[in-house]
Amino acid sequence: MTATREARASTPTPTPDPTGTGRPARRESQGFWARLRRDHPVLLLALPGIAVVIVFQYVALGGNVIAFQDYQPYLGIGRSLWVGFENFSILFSGDPEFLNALRNTLYITLLQTVFVFPAPIILALLLNSLVSNKVKQAVQSVLYLPHFLSWVIVVAVFQQMLGGAGMINNFLRSHGWAGVDIIGNPDAFYALITSQVIWKDTGWATILFLAVLSQIDRSLYEASAMDGATRWRQIWHVTLPGMKPIIVLLLILKLGDSLSVGFEQLLLQQQAVGRDVSEVLDTYVYNNGVIGGAWGVSAAVGLVKGLVGLVLVLVANKIAHLLGEEGVYRA
Amino acid sequence: MSTITTPRRRKTGRGTLIDGVPRPSRVESVIKAIVLTIACGLVILPFVGIISTSLAPAEQVNRAGGFVLLPEGIDLTAYASILTGGVVTRALLVSVGVTAVGTVLSLTLTAMLGWALSRRQTMGNRQLLLLVLVSLLFNPGIIPSYLVVQQLGMLDTLSAIIVPTAVSAFNVIVVRAFFVGLPQEVMDSARIDGAGEWKLFWYMGLPLARPVLAVVGLFYGVGYWNAFFNAMLYLSDSSLWPLQLVLRTYVVDGTQLGAQDLGAEASLPPQTTIQMAILVISIIPILIVYPFLQRHFAKGMLTGAVKG
Repeated sequence: MTATREARASTPTPTPDPTGTGRPARRESQGFWARLRRDHPVLLLALPGIAVVIVFQYVALGGNVIAFQDYQPYLGIGRSLWVGFENFSILFSGDPEFLNALRNTLYITLLQTVFVFPAPIILALLLNSLVSNKVKQAVQSVLYLPHFLSWVIVVAVFQQMLGGAGMINNFLRSHGWAGVDIIGNPDAFYALITSQVIWKDTGWATILFLAVLSQIDRSLYEASAMDGATRWRQIWHVTLPGMKPIIVLLLILKLGDSLSVGFEQLLLQQQAVGRDVSEVLDTYVYNNGVIGGAWGVSAAVGLVKGLVGLVLVLVANKIAHLLGEEGVYRA
Repeated sequence: MSTITTPRRRKTGRGTLIDGVPRPSRVESVIKAIVLTIACGLVILPFVGIISTSLAPAEQVNRAGGFVLLPEGIDLTAYASILTGGVVTRALLVSVGVTAVGTVLSLTLTAMLGWALSRRQTMGNRQLLLLVLVSLLFNPGIIPSYLVVQQLGMLDTLSAIIVPTAVSAFNVIVVRAFFVGLPQEVMDSARIDGAGEWKLFWYMGLPLARPVLAVVGLFYGVGYWNAFFNAMLYLSDSSLWPLQLVLRTYVVDGTQLGAQDLGAEASLPPQTTIQMAILVISIIPILIVYPFLQRHFAKGMLTGAVKG
């Protein structure tokens, strides 16, 4: 597809990609307009999709400038006053609402790293150890399903199961036991949201791990069995080392996401449980900005949150390299 | 992807090896069976309860104080009352419409962009690809996104819950990876025969890409059906609400659904029954597409993404 038609006709079987770089030899003497005339159908095909990406990703990203403004919706970005870094002072002034949101965010991230992250690894090991493919596939189809339900549905399902008139409490009461108070109880809230995440996404998250497990060289297992390794020792010495790169990679990505936890999930349950325990940085930005009208301050919090996330990924990736792991990318 | 090949068994001095792993002991097998049964039960049981309660006769629901695991009979009044006009019916129509229009739009834009990005010799190709890839790395944030939608005058229109999420960079990359993987000789010969770019895209690219577009389309569809926050953010007019927002208001927050909300004169079945019926209606489309999703996602999505 590199040369003109005549050239191609004269070489019936052109070696594709002679340079091996994925790109053809450079075309000579084609001006900008000539290339535009040649390529405009392709560019037109790209245009609508690119426009959406530019407007709703890049232009929107530019909207973060209101973090440096005393933004007033009726004035717009153009006429609102510029206030420098004033909005960012909330990060350091010890504002109790902000600190509460930050503390909850970090706590929930910690809970998720400890309890949610290992769950699919364990489940994948369990599925992988099944001898029968039929059983394995049946279990997979059941456990993948909750991933495709919206958070609204998941929260509603949990309420119907665990709420005052829910399935569990009905069962307990009909057997003469006392009911349990979970929904709307701040003390049980973190256990509740952690189990919701596990219920929704553990099955789905096994996909990646299972893909990696299937890539591990079978002969390693054969050899270790010959040397007398039990099933448990094989997991420890063959399987887990094989999974290490993907685990490190996912931990890095998780770290980058550590300041954004379960936005929809928490927003949906704030009314029931109160903002004290359920306010995280994302809900803080929404509640104070869009609802409360503190646009500039909220945008500042959102901006810092995004930057910190990016820096965390870069740093974690660097550390992974220093530890000899592949990481997410290599620059 | 992973589980297609049958395990290789081999007898050795140390007992049977299955794919190099010793046979599990009895105890281990029993424990695994119990764990997996419980896990599957935790997923299936809630659905059974919800469907049962939505179908159970009012008298049984009242007696049980809310939740029913096995209906004593089939009573469809709850469905009849929410599907014959009123808030839920309208929301259902909105959701169906948004999902249909959104999925078609998304697929069109994604296929076009994916194809264009796969033509690696065109001008600006690397720059455009980079533009799409970099957008995967950041999220503009709630407030900036809101401002853009506001500036475009899309607040309180259904376009606000379609257009901003119309192009998923990830899906574009998946589709592009597919097109890049197509044998270029075929394309070249079509081009020699005089096919222009549009013809090539329409008569070769699209038909060949049908499997990958099916998967991507299903994912877009599920996304539109499930979209909740954007609707909440951009639509203050409750007559435009999709099903997820109605679900939030009347099921999660527990706002009472009165007869006037449903446009019904007769007395309504118990609230729990109605809530469960709304829940069932919002889950059913997912259950319908799930088998198709499941058949495709493992091989289609992941391999495409990894190779890209």
